[in-house]
Amino acid sequence: MKLETLPALTLREKIRAQEITATDCVLAALERIKNIDGKVHAFLTLTREMALERAKEIDGKIRGGQPVGALAGLPIAIKDNICLDGVRTTCASHILENFTPPYTATVVDRVAREDGVVVGKTNMDEFAMGSSTETSYFGPTYNPWDLTRVPGGSSGGSGACVAAGETPLALGSDTGGSVRCPASFCGVVGVKPTYGLVSRYGLIAYANSLEQIGPMGRTVGDCALLLTVISGYDERDATSVNVEARNYLEYLINDISGVRIGMVQQLLGEGTHPAVEKNIHSSAEKLVSLGAKCETVSLPTLRYALPAYYLIAMAEASSNLARYDGLRYGYAAGEEGLMWHDAFSTTRQRGFGAEVRRRIILGTYALSAGYYDKFFLKAVKVANMVRLDFLKAFKTFDVLMAPAMPFPAFKIGERIQDPLALYMSDIATVPVNLAGIPAISVPSGFTDGLPIGLQFMAPPFREDLLLRVAYTFEQNTPHHAVNPPL
Amino acid sequence: MAERKNAISREEVEHLAWLARLELTDDEKDLFTRQLNDIIDYFSSLEELDTEDAPSQLHVLELTDVFREDEPKPCLPREKILKMAPKIQEAYIKAPKMV
Repeated sequence: MKLETLPALTLREKIRAQEITATDCVLAALERIKNIDGKVHAFLTLTREMALERAKEIDGKIRGGQPVGALAGLPIAIKDNICLDGVRTTCASHILENFTPPYTATVVDRVAREDGVVVGKTNMDEFAMGSSTETSYFGPTYNPWDLTRVPGGSSGGSGACVAAGETPLALGSDTGGSVRCPASFCGVVGVKPTYGLVSRYGLIAYANSLEQIGPMGRTVGDCALLLTVISGYDERDATSVNVEARNYLEYLINDISGVRIGMVQQLLGEGTHPAVEKNIHSSAEKLVSLGAKCETVSLPTLRYALPAYYLIAMAEASSNLARYDGLRYGYAAGEEGLMWHDAFSTTRQRGFGAEVRRRIILGTYALSAGYYDKFFLKAVKVANMVRLDFLKAFKTFDVLMAPAMPFPAFKIGERIQDPLALYMSDIATVPVNLAGIPAISVPSGFTDGLPIGLQFMAPPFREDLLLRVAYTFEQNTPHHAVNPPL
Repeated sequence: MAERKNAISREEVEHLAWLARLELTDDEKDLFTRQLNDIIDYFSSLEELDTEDAPSQLHVLELTDVFREDEPKPCLPREKILKMAPKIQEAYIKAPKMV
């Protein structure tokens, strides 16, 4: 039996029914990683021994008839900006190359509590700054559908590892599309939860006011399972919202009759690949045939979401990344006798890659005297307008739809020399982060053998609706069942 | 096309890098100046949008003053923290010269 193509929910049933063991499952993941990760490079660190030990414990519980958690020994990969006590966590940066955190992120605690088994840490853009995983200090991840192309970013390792069948589940983080972009490029499902639904405790900060940790999997159901495990109030995150815990598996309902779906006009058109544009229209027709009502909707401020997003993200990054000075942890240039400012500058020059430094400098600029009102405050006001625009649209529509990415995965090296061109690829994902609303990317077709992702967006804390619409779409289309030719 | 007026000069890039405690090589100063001008130029498109009446809430959540009870709780063990530091001396983290 080939375990690598089975959804997490199916594997879970097999483990629970004792058809297979958790150890079988974890060994199959480790074997698959051994065989293909040389080509894909989704992983930065493997936790083989720890994983096998955990799997053995879980198998013991199952054999002994004890209750087993919701993840029942399923292997899971964790993006390398999420801390795990005692396991190297690098953010794909030289400055954290040898950093071993002294504590564990809440989401990883929750995964462990539900008997999920962490098999490794995945590659990403350095400090989650990028849309292609090319800014990783450890080299890029390769798209399983075409190894000459990027997997998207910044959670490119998590997207590629799920697409390649290395693990059925992975965690990513989404600051401006970093879960949805690799989900779209790699042909998997990725959820960006409502801001505040999932604890950020132990997530290494890039832009705190925008980011959320989100699940990635090969099916909507698998993402619903992992979202159920990781969501919920956490007193260790001051922006965690105390909402009632929900079992998102209950919303896997194959019925969207009467659901009102708005197609966002501003996220289509100029710069959108013709195949992606065609795909969104055929997806809309499909949704209508399933009983939904589809109409175009205009959210005029979305035109300004991208510059506003980058200004806010860079401003927060310049402040967040000030902590890396080579004193308390991380890389230190280590020259003796330097004055503190030279010691810090040297460490930061050598420790950070070019894109990280570019964003720190731009963020410093946007926050500096004379530019604060013109750039930072302006961007904050635009973000508020974007949020209000969404809330207004949700008075008429239950969910909104758009492409996740304006084009399919591009070639490695194609955009990385031109930062602005790379930023532009996030045009359809960043508005969601500015508004704090939930969104999902689901596979919706292919062009020249490359996956296309369809994005749904819902009002705050309406993950139920988001999952129901995405699930219905998935169950009535064949795209998610196609595997990459690896 | 008319010559574009640079939003930011090479000297300003140097100054910002200094403020952010980042050293840049000469080549990077040239490259960053060019790239930063392109990016800032693009950011300036925000000026078109009238934001006069827009709220300036810094957060999507309407949470304010999230406090916990002021009760002591265990913190991470000292050895674990010191183990992470590149340079230590006895029970202290060693910092570069300040004066």
